[in-house]
Amino acid sequence: MNVNLEHYLVVSAILFCLGLAGVIVRRNLLVIYMGLELMLNAANLALVAFSRFTYNLDGQVFVFFVITVAAAEVAVGLALIVALYRKRQTAHVEDLTTMKL
Amino acid sequence: MKPEFLPWIILFLPLAAAGIIALFTLRNRSVSAVLSIGAVVAGFILSIIFVGWAGWQPAVGESTFTWLAIGDVRAEFGLRFDPLSLMMLLVVTGVASAILISPLGLWREDPGFSRFFAFLSLFTFSMLGIVLSVSFLQMFICWELVGVSSYLLIGFWFEKASAADAGKKAFITNRLGDFGFLIGILLVWGIFGSLNFGVIKDRIMENPDALGTTAAVAGLLIFCGAMGKSAQFPLHVWLPDAMEGPTPVSALIHAATMVAAGVYMLCRVYFLLDVSALNVIAWIGGFTSLLSALIAIQQNDIKRILAYSTLSQLGMMVMAVGLQGPTPAMFHLTTHAFFKALLFLGAGSVIIALHHEQDIWNMGGLRKKMPVTFWTFIVGTLALAGVWPLSGFFSKDAILAQAAAGQKWALFALGVTVAALTSFYMFRLVFVAFGGSGRSEAAGHAQESPGVVTWPLRLLAVFSIIGGFIYIENTFGRHFLKDEGLHAMNVLEQLVYPFKHAPVPALLGLTAAAAGFFLALRLYSGAVKDPLPEKLGSLARAMRNRFYWDEIYQATVIYMHDFISAVCDWIDRWLIAGLAVRGTHGATEILGRALRLAQTGNLQTYAFLFALGVALVLYLALK
Repeated sequence: MNVNLEHYLVVSAILFCLGLAGVIVRRNLLVIYMGLELMLNAANLALVAFSRFTYNLDGQVFVFFVITVAAAEVAVGLALIVALYRKRQTAHVEDLTTMKL
Repeated sequence: MKPEFLPWIILFLPLAAAGIIALFTLRNRSVSAVLSIGAVVAGFILSIIFVGWAGWQPAVGESTFTWLAIGDVRAEFGLRFDPLSLMMLLVVTGVASAILISPLGLWREDPGFSRFFAFLSLFTFSMLGIVLSVSFLQMFICWELVGVSSYLLIGFWFEKASAADAGKKAFITNRLGDFGFLIGILLVWGIFGSLNFGVIKDRIMENPDALGTTAAVAGLLIFCGAMGKSAQFPLHVWLPDAMEGPTPVSALIHAATMVAAGVYMLCRVYFLLDVSALNVIAWIGGFTSLLSALIAIQQNDIKRILAYSTLSQLGMMVMAVGLQGPTPAMFHLTTHAFFKALLFLGAGSVIIALHHEQDIWNMGGLRKKMPVTFWTFIVGTLALAGVWPLSGFFSKDAILAQAAAGQKWALFALGVTVAALTSFYMFRLVFVAFGGSGRSEAAGHAQESPGVVTWPLRLLAVFSIIGGFIYIENTFGRHFLKDEGLHAMNVLEQLVYPFKHAPVPALLGLTAAAAGFFLALRLYSGAVKDPLPEKLGSLARAMRNRFYWDEIYQATVIYMHDFISAVCDWIDRWLIAGLAVRGTHGATEILGRALRLAQTGNLQTYAFLFALGVALVLYLALK
């Protein structure tokens, strides 16, 4: 079987949708966070695939940036979650509705 | 110092007095009175000096400055000097001086004594402003100031409901007239592009048809102002109610200020009025004159009789203007100022002596008790009735002669009738109030008023006697006719001039006065109650009830006004406040409440909706 661009893109889309579903339906903040990472990596996969099939390195450079920013985001996000847990003794989103009036 | 500087001082002295009294000396009655009287008396003396210095026709006709200039619109303020304004200046300051002195003796104990003098000074200032003004705008501002001060003074005893109402009535009725006046002013301004009397007069002299067809409209609109201030039919209803104010105020309103303003204004803008407008003016004046003379016959309140008499005489003056005789109008205005001030102060003296009794049927026998008041009152009555050689004869004769010369026989007959009625109701008043014997306890114990009251009376009596032949008419005549013919006569020639010049009006006027006198003598000499209601029946009742004008207005104008107010109130309450304001507010609130349901505060709902939105956008973008 000849693996071409479409296959990569389909895998990327499946990964993205899995991540999105995780973000929307899961209750635990950490799991939601993992869902977010999954979505980012789905995008990375699509970028790398494009780069490979169009012989253009721009996409790979872009992926490096995404990975770097994602790493920073994980650091900040996890710190926030830890702080939140210390404050509220919970990491469940349904308990975090203070934005509502 | 330049002579034209003097009138500025005369004008602003009363205002300064009013300001100082209001700000500093409200608690000190004597100082307030001295300030107020001093300002007016000083104004009178300075006026005499100015006229003696600069003459009746000063070289400087105007002294003006530009108050504001917006583009081409220039509003000039200043003073105008001509025989008309200077004579009026003397009359206003002179009569006001005499009137202002009398309250000293009348009710010194009133708590509003200082306030009273502050208002009177303001009143005098406003009137002087009208007299000296150079433009319609300046005149209108002072005109409104007169309205305000009259409101303050008529409602002086504002704790009394009737006085407060009378003040409001005077002000609102005047505003009605002023509305027409303002439109007239704007019309004139639209045509001539200037409001300065001198400029407008020059333009009309150059081009008599400048106003064209709007001439009559402009004239009548401007007359509306005079209709309000000089209380002409149909806006005459406020003047008798203005009697609620203190008697010196009535004297001031009826003699030198306020009501004189309307006639003065008509004479000031006489060059603007065209023949058709003048005809209407003459008839309105004549009708007012007859109507109020008839009403005066059956009034029992001493001040109300005098009030209707003022209305009647004002009607004569307005009629004179309408008969193309501004000179007789101003002449009558001046002599009327003398004897009406005299009569009102006399009435005030009587009222105070009888402890605020105003019904003439509760008086009687005052001839012996109050000789000075009685004799001066007689002089005023004779002058008002038009008895030779008192001042009223000459001025009234001038008006009648004007009517005869213009061949306006209907108005002439009306004038003679009014003269007879005037004589009748005035002698009725004299016979009932002063003759016979006292018909009440207060009348039995009456005493002559103190000197501060009787000396102004004596002074005014002198002017009421000699006012007819001290060249007042000539001075006004010079303003309107530029005619020196009258001026050459000596006093004796002047005394007989009416009989030589136009014997028919003079003799008829005298006959009318005599007829009125003898009729009053027959009916009222020694009478204890009014014989007229039995003889005239319902007519007398109608006269007594002022021909029901107040009731008619109540049923028509005020009813209409209330109806329109109710409609406006409904629109405001239900459509504007209800539908528009509360509707907007309510709709926003309901929408807000509904939208708030979408804000769950749940992070994942937002994430879901966000993803849905992105999917939708992608679908639409890639389709």
